[in-house]
Amino acid sequence: MIDILSKRYYYFIFSVLVILPGLFLLASNGLPLSIDFTGGSLFEVQFAEGKALNTANILTVYENAGIDDAQITSTDTGSLIIRSSFLSNEVRDEILTALQEGSGAAVSVIRFDSVGPSIGKQVASRAALAVGVAALGVIVYITLAFRKVQNAFRYGVCAVIAMIHDVAVVFSIAGIGALFFDWQMDALFLTALLTVIGFSVQDKVVVFDRIRENANLLRKLEYEKLVNHSIVQTLQRSINTQLMTVEFLLLSLALFGGITLQEFAVILLVGLLSGTYSSIFVAAPILVLWEKREWQTWFRRGANA
Amino acid sequence: MIRNLTNRIILIVVVLAFALVIDFSSELNLINPVTDEPLFTRDLAPRLGLDLQGGLQVLLEADLPADAQIDSASMDIARDIVQQRTDALGVNENVIQVAGERRIVGEFPGLEDTESVLSTIQQTGLLEFVDTGDFQPEEGTSILTDFSPTSQPVETPTANGTTPETAVYHTIMTGADLESIAVTSDTLGTSYLIDFVLTSDGAKIFADHTTANSQKFLTIVLDKQVVFAPIIDEPITGGQGQIRGNFTYESANAFAIQLRYGSLPVPLKIVETRIIGPTLGADSLNKSLIAGLIGMIIVALFMIVYYRMPGIVAVLSILIYAVVAFAVFKWFHFTLTLPGIAGFLLSTGAALDANILIFERLKEELRNGKNLTQAVDQGWARAWPSIRDSNLSAILTSLILFWFGSTFGATIVKGFSLTLALGVLISLFTAIYVTRTLLVIFLKGFKSQNLELWFGI
Repeated sequence: MIDILSKRYYYFIFSVLVILPGLFLLASNGLPLSIDFTGGSLFEVQFAEGKALNTANILTVYENAGIDDAQITSTDTGSLIIRSSFLSNEVRDEILTALQEGSGAAVSVIRFDSVGPSIGKQVASRAALAVGVAALGVIVYITLAFRKVQNAFRYGVCAVIAMIHDVAVVFSIAGIGALFFDWQMDALFLTALLTVIGFSVQDKVVVFDRIRENANLLRKLEYEKLVNHSIVQTLQRSINTQLMTVEFLLLSLALFGGITLQEFAVILLVGLLSGTYSSIFVAAPILVLWEKREWQTWFRRGANA
Repeated sequence: MIRNLTNRIILIVVVLAFALVIDFSSELNLINPVTDEPLFTRDLAPRLGLDLQGGLQVLLEADLPADAQIDSASMDIARDIVQQRTDALGVNENVIQVAGERRIVGEFPGLEDTESVLSTIQQTGLLEFVDTGDFQPEEGTSILTDFSPTSQPVETPTANGTTPETAVYHTIMTGADLESIAVTSDTLGTSYLIDFVLTSDGAKIFADHTTANSQKFLTIVLDKQVVFAPIIDEPITGGQGQIRGNFTYESANAFAIQLRYGSLPVPLKIVETRIIGPTLGADSLNKSLIAGLIGMIIVALFMIVYYRMPGIVAVLSILIYAVVAFAVFKWFHFTLTLPGIAGFLLSTGAALDANILIFERLKEELRNGKNLTQAVDQGWARAWPSIRDSNLSAILTSLILFWFGSTFGATIVKGFSLTLALGVLISLFTAIYVTRTLLVIFLKGFKSQNLELWFGI
């Protein structure tokens, strides 16, 4: 049987290597929060061919309307996205009219999102609450589901540590995406994050469930071997469910699903993959580590070397 | 083995047939065969979300201090009024919902002329001063006037269900010409008056009209409903006047609020606007449907190659799952959104996961030398706790997401969580009930001893 658990410290190092770069980017560049959380507006317009106004002219139009924080980016499809602070509908009309006059042709509105600053703050605080409630729900749920097993609480805590790992991976990806693809954390990002949390638990439950079952069947087996045995037994299912089905569905959504869902699909894809990874390479090793109280040897080992 | 196999098959066939009928029709009519009267009708046209067909979404918030208590009844009334006003514009399929305690979300799929809707919503109610001549209409009745914000005159049914008056009265001016409103008491302090000041345009109109129509009724109408019908005592030429009635302090204030804010019991402001152009939507729909299909085909191929005969069963069961899920979504008028499609794909993943858990157990039992019947039964019993626990956690997450989406009118988040939760529930039914039944049917006629070929062990 494959010995997965003996190399557990390498997995921890690998996880840290995956998580740190993105988190470092987020820490240095700030969270790329979208207007869903900060308030503000996003105005995507398409000029008629050859009639586009240049950036300076658009900025002037905004300044004339009393908005001096507009930022303009162009998209692959040739439209322009103008981000600024909150625009009321009157100001938006004023700007659109001015853009049309400046360009001398009709300007089509592809998208207009405008979120008041107060609502953005509330969404942000509710989002934090939602993540918190989800995490708490996980501990309670797992502790209840495994209440007949020794140290049921440990399973809950390990699931949450693994969950934090998955959340960190998602944030790391978002940080990298923000740098290279101009991604933003919006309501959809939050949806993906909460979904990753939910499915992360699902994976842990399947592995823990097998440990629970084996603990009854193989009473004499050493704990590390028992956990390793359980992981190997569920490995095929993890690979098939995660890699072969869910990831395929999400991958095709990310590749062919159009720009709107791309970011969402990629974040879900990486997050769910991390969820499967962390049940095998984070949650289960920590269970063993806890059982053996390995932290007592960490510093001793260092002292010996 | 399963008892009552026939009953199971009948149930599956009935559910499947019913689901197929719903999937392929846009309206369901049940007709009483004896009387030929329709017993039951249900509109089953699929609804596309804003992100798929373009349109407008607005989030309105009560324009009151954050700590002000707002009772849900007045939010409901405000919702009704917003709905009536936007209905009158001839917008189809608009959905107006109360979101949380102090917000209302309005969605107008496919809407291109966003201007008129936005201005109508922001309006505080159409207040009109109507010349009803010698006729004094009763408070609360509806009348027709010749003024309308749209080209078509608006007809509102009266509160008590009587038909509206057929006469059309002339509107002198609207609430836009009111500069300010104040409640004052008379010198004795026993009765209350409404003081009003008019804009300069309003002052002129009012002066002309009141001079020519002294001792006639000047009816004040809000959204075509009579609020109060005072008589013109004397010409008002200075742009300021008073409305006298048997007002108490409360009723005078209530009336003043109506004049100021219109009929909305809660003043509303627009805190969020989202407009999505129609081209962006159509493009996304096609692409994600094709993407979903490609993904599904790859997954189906994988299942069949890897699990062989059970794989075929799983693919059949997933097809049934898709047919049933789509029927449920249509029946409950779910709006189809892009994240909704993603949620559906994820719940398909959950449905497959249940099948995979079962098949992996089945293979283990077969390798341990159990015969087919034993292996199927054992595999089932062993896989069930995992399936139950893991799906419960997915449903738990969906509920949290749904709660989050509802408070902010984030219909996209709601759509995702609803399709995910319902999809997972339906997938439980197909995995437990359908897969197992199909597998038993397949095994009945199965004689081959070559388990390696048929089960891929």
